[in-house]
Amino acid sequence: MPKVVLAGIEMETDEDGFITDPSLWNEAVAADLAKTEHVEVMTEAHWKVVNMIRNYYLEFGVAPMIRKLCKETGFKLKEIYDLFPSGPAKGACKVAGLPKPTGCV
Amino acid sequence: MPDIQLPPPEELAKVSFQPRPQGWMDPQVEFRPGTWSYAGKPKALETVGMPNPREWSPTDADWKLPANWKEVILQGLRERLDKYRSLKVFLDICVRCGACADKCHFFIGSGDPKNMPVLRAELLRSVYRNDFTLAGKLLGQMVGARELTMDVVKEWFYYFYQCTECRRCSVFCPYGIDQAELTMLGRELLNLVGININWVMEPVAKCYMTGNHMGIPPHALKDNLEFFADDIENITGIRVDIPINKKGADVLFVIPSGDVMADPGIYTLMGYMMVLHESGLNYTWSTYASEGGNFGLFTSHEMIKRLNAKIYAEARRLGVKWILGGECGHMWRVLHQYMDTLNGPADFLEVPVSPITGTRFEHARSTKMIHIAEFTADLIYHGKLKLDPSRNNAYKVTFHDSCNPARSMGLFEEPRYILRNVCNHFYEMPENTIREQTFCCGGGAGLGNDENMEMRMRGGLPRGNAVRFVHERYGVNLLTAMCAIDRAVLTTLMEYWVPEVKVSGLHELVGNALVMTGEKERELNLRSEPLNEGGEETSD
Repeated sequence: MPKVVLAGIEMETDEDGFITDPSLWNEAVAADLAKTEHVEVMTEAHWKVVNMIRNYYLEFGVAPMIRKLCKETGFKLKEIYDLFPSGPAKGACKVAGLPKPTGCV
Repeated sequence: MPDIQLPPPEELAKVSFQPRPQGWMDPQVEFRPGTWSYAGKPKALETVGMPNPREWSPTDADWKLPANWKEVILQGLRERLDKYRSLKVFLDICVRCGACADKCHFFIGSGDPKNMPVLRAELLRSVYRNDFTLAGKLLGQMVGARELTMDVVKEWFYYFYQCTECRRCSVFCPYGIDQAELTMLGRELLNLVGININWVMEPVAKCYMTGNHMGIPPHALKDNLEFFADDIENITGIRVDIPINKKGADVLFVIPSGDVMADPGIYTLMGYMMVLHESGLNYTWSTYASEGGNFGLFTSHEMIKRLNAKIYAEARRLGVKWILGGECGHMWRVLHQYMDTLNGPADFLEVPVSPITGTRFEHARSTKMIHIAEFTADLIYHGKLKLDPSRNNAYKVTFHDSCNPARSMGLFEEPRYILRNVCNHFYEMPENTIREQTFCCGGGAGLGNDENMEMRMRGGLPRGNAVRFVHERYGVNLLTAMCAIDRAVLTTLMEYWVPEVKVSGLHELVGNALVMTGEKERELNLRSEPLNEGGEETSD
């Protein structure tokens, strides 16, 4: 299992850089994860997406569907791709500290 | 993202069929990025109590197998030869005629001889010959026998995870050898020593813990269904019912959980909700049997049984009469061919009868479960649904037969009957690429992950080619399929091979066309886009 240092904490990630222990997440970790997704600076818009995903995950135990993410943040899908080039499921969820989605997706 | 450089389509399409200079008996495999899947995570294996959970990667020299790995695999093969008559027959009977050789999408797209189904099977057959036949024991290599070495194990892993268990090759085999069963057995043997892939093991573990592959807990399922009901209300003005875990319902409805989460499957799910509401069927969703799909099919027979058990158990608990299933692909191989043997007999259920039309689905008298395409086609046939196909006029549709509904249950006519009733522009792909000869999406059987992207695009080349043909000839812009894996991986495949074509499920188009009682004037399709954007119907 690869190990990386994010916000000064050494933690495990999977092969694609998703952290394996979501409880280690904090905003500084998110900012460092964002850099691995070619997001140098987390703007207010980035945080709006990440916070929605994070809060949904804490309440429901699973990532929000993309359509719900768009509806609740008011961003179109294309705008989310502009914010996170590898998209909502892989880019934004990674920054929000969620595990990588698997299965029929 | 994985560090994979995918060549441009025009490069990838130049497939070389020049074999390697080494003969086929040389097992050396190069684990080139883009052609294999990540190893199963130990946590997932521990969740379901599978052997040898550990961190490892196929690119490691040492796969960290137990010291007696060879004994375990050969003993596993011995037990399965005794247990499954079909396995022994399939290993003995092949005459290497080669009828299957060029029928595999992975061979067509990669040119790798070991992706010819005959040779992929030979990788296992050669070991069988070496250890279980007299000729092999006496004559060894002369009769194509190979010893089971670590390199052979690695080769098995590489090629048994370059087979999507689609069974197209079996259609052409004069002996009817089911190559999917050989791949399943090959994977099952590898699982005995802890060799598997995470894209299979993670959904298996989640399915075991939450009831579904996506890991959706009950309150999240309810939240999503309510979200879809809000969208439907916004589009139609009708609030559909959301019966969940309803005791005394007539019918339990089981779907692939991908449709609850992922575009474009969610629009198909909205279509299910609308048809079931409009039909007046007394049905229920379940938060326990919240997955029809079964990645046990890509793991072992035991795992198929364990993950499938919840469906009859929930039908019994809720006291329903029969079961209805959604647009999933591989789940129908399990439901149609294994379920009643593994977890039946379901003698507490009734032969499915549609309470709306009175049709008795006699063919399902054993499993007690029918496909929603059968249910909806029957409603349409009896005039029970009012449809306005012009609402799908923006779409020029072609239909991808998903491997398992096609080749495992013969569901060819119902989806086509529905399509002809819900849209005005439906065009078939060439006949050697549809129905029982359908070409796979390239991402089934657990291979639909990103790290395996080059093989997915290669395996999907024949399908992409057939879609390009109807796109160029008829202007087809929508590929419709009854499978959640299809809806996920064909979307990526189309972006690569035919970017002008989008992907949908069948019931999305039904939902668009369905005129619901008391609905408002429709302005939006189920994607909440303006209806028929791009103008009125043009003549053919």
